[in-house]
Amino acid sequence: MTGNRFYHALKVVEEACIGCVHCMNVCPTSAIRVDEGKAKINKDACVDCGMCLKSCPVGAIVVEQDDFNRIFKYKYRVALLPTVLLGQFPDEITEDQIFSALYEMGFTHVFEVDQAVDYLVNATKKYMKDEHQIRPFISPFCPAVVRLIQVRFPSLIDNIVRLKPVLDVSALYVRKKFENDGIKPEDAGIFYVTQCASKIASIKSPVGDYDVHVDGVINMDFIYNKILLLINKNKIKTAVENNKSYLKAKSIHWTLTNGEASQFDGRCLAIDEIHNVMDVLEKLEMDEITDVDYLELRACDHSCASGVLASNNRFLTVERLRKRAKYMREYCKDDNCDSVSNDMYKYDEFLKKNIGLEKIESRSIMKLDEDMMEALKKIEKVQRIMEVLPKIDCGACGSPTCTQLAEDVVQGHAKLNQCVFMQKLMTTQGLMTPSESFEISEKTWGKGRFDKNNNEQ
Amino acid sequence: MDFKYEIEGGNFSKAGTASSEVKKILKQLNVDPKLIKRIVVALYEAEVNVVAHAYEGNVTVKIASDKIQIIISDMGPGIPDVDQAMTAGFSTASKEVREMGFGAGMGLPNIKKNTDEMRIKTQVGKGTELELINYL
Repeated sequence: MTGNRFYHALKVVEEACIGCVHCMNVCPTSAIRVDEGKAKINKDACVDCGMCLKSCPVGAIVVEQDDFNRIFKYKYRVALLPTVLLGQFPDEITEDQIFSALYEMGFTHVFEVDQAVDYLVNATKKYMKDEHQIRPFISPFCPAVVRLIQVRFPSLIDNIVRLKPVLDVSALYVRKKFENDGIKPEDAGIFYVTQCASKIASIKSPVGDYDVHVDGVINMDFIYNKILLLINKNKIKTAVENNKSYLKAKSIHWTLTNGEASQFDGRCLAIDEIHNVMDVLEKLEMDEITDVDYLELRACDHSCASGVLASNNRFLTVERLRKRAKYMREYCKDDNCDSVSNDMYKYDEFLKKNIGLEKIESRSIMKLDEDMMEALKKIEKVQRIMEVLPKIDCGACGSPTCTQLAEDVVQGHAKLNQCVFMQKLMTTQGLMTPSESFEISEKTWGKGRFDKNNNEQ
Repeated sequence: MDFKYEIEGGNFSKAGTASSEVKKILKQLNVDPKLIKRIVVALYEAEVNVVAHAYEGNVTVKIASDKIQIIISDMGPGIPDVDQAMTAGFSTASKEVREMGFGAGMGLPNIKKNTDEMRIKTQVGKGTELELINYL
């Protein structure tokens, strides 16, 4: 995989991008620059966390998805659902209605991804027992966090639990089950409905470079709208009483904050929101945090409830899912109603062989040069440049911070005179004409950007 | 090229600032992540030592093509018995310092473990100079 560009689910729609600084300022890996009036994402640095999408005031950052009608190429059409989907709807809309709508729109089978949680929890416990010399274990759950560790915290890669995330385990199970039921692999299409950009990226180019048994990805907001439309038009006729899934409470909680940390022994911490995660990883790298056994790290605030493709308010989503878990806890006292979860153990031999994760590569974006002494010279240059920059991080140069501009200049990706303070200084000293200064800013912010009419449109 | 940082004695909330900065630089220099970890763990321990025991201190990091040398010097009480200080579990840290989760007596032994060479120059009543070397 080395040298390959990594697939990213997040794309800037150039026609819609107004070239502001919102996305650039929130990006945790400084992957965004503004050039010619448009946001540009550096593919090597992007971890698909979705902070840019959430911050964009004009909806110019989108998540690419597969065409929904592709499901009809298959005789058996499986929807793999994230638990948070049910949390998108108000209480008046019942689970029966939601499941019925999914069958109505064309799916023949519906599985919930988190039905694999019980199996995965046990596999993880075994992994931690076998690899007991590693501390703390870092959860492999959130693909944005795994990628963040690859690009910014490579020394912590070995702490990541090398087991595939719950989605992959679910997909493996469905495939194997179909095979056992005599369904030909080419007849079955598995479509993952997701709230998450980084999960899409992890399907299209998985860390560890393996085949994910998913045939397509459908954005959760798309499915959400489709379900609501069907319900509002009273088109729900399929009776699904028997197909409804009963999830264990722990499976429902899995994608919410503390869902993993609550399942393991020892000192387990749950951290959500990517800047909080980075703070903890920084401390972990210096052994400033010790005696922790398991770290659940999620890029989104309130974990998957605030995935980029979620429609409902995250607090309301969490509330509905907690209610569902409470109901299930009372209903499923003997744990036997989650038949899928129990059925997975029949495929234990197969799953055991296939849920391991290959080596996770470092792809550090921090280095200024491969050669250490060259990099050292570059650091000196950066420090000299920093002496003349204003250090106000205004972003008017098209880089998120003054330090970042200095690094971009040293790497040959930007010019020092993109800084508006430098331009002012140079024009007063007669080193630059006002029209030269204007041209430089137009290069960053786009042709015609400074015209009065352009801004009034 | 040298990188210099100051350490403020008694301010535990700032302990780790120099180590963080050094870590960033080592990452920019493309030093092996495993080695970075050793160096910053050692430096962080040394930083905490200065915060816990001394009035003020300085960190100087010297980068050469074959090694990374760090000198942590402080104005403080000095170490009366270096061998004893090197014993795992031995600590002179005050009750307050221990209550903050520091002072378990693993500082110097842990620093030694994470460096290729460690030298201590100390004068009771004056201060301590710690030299840490890791070869690349």
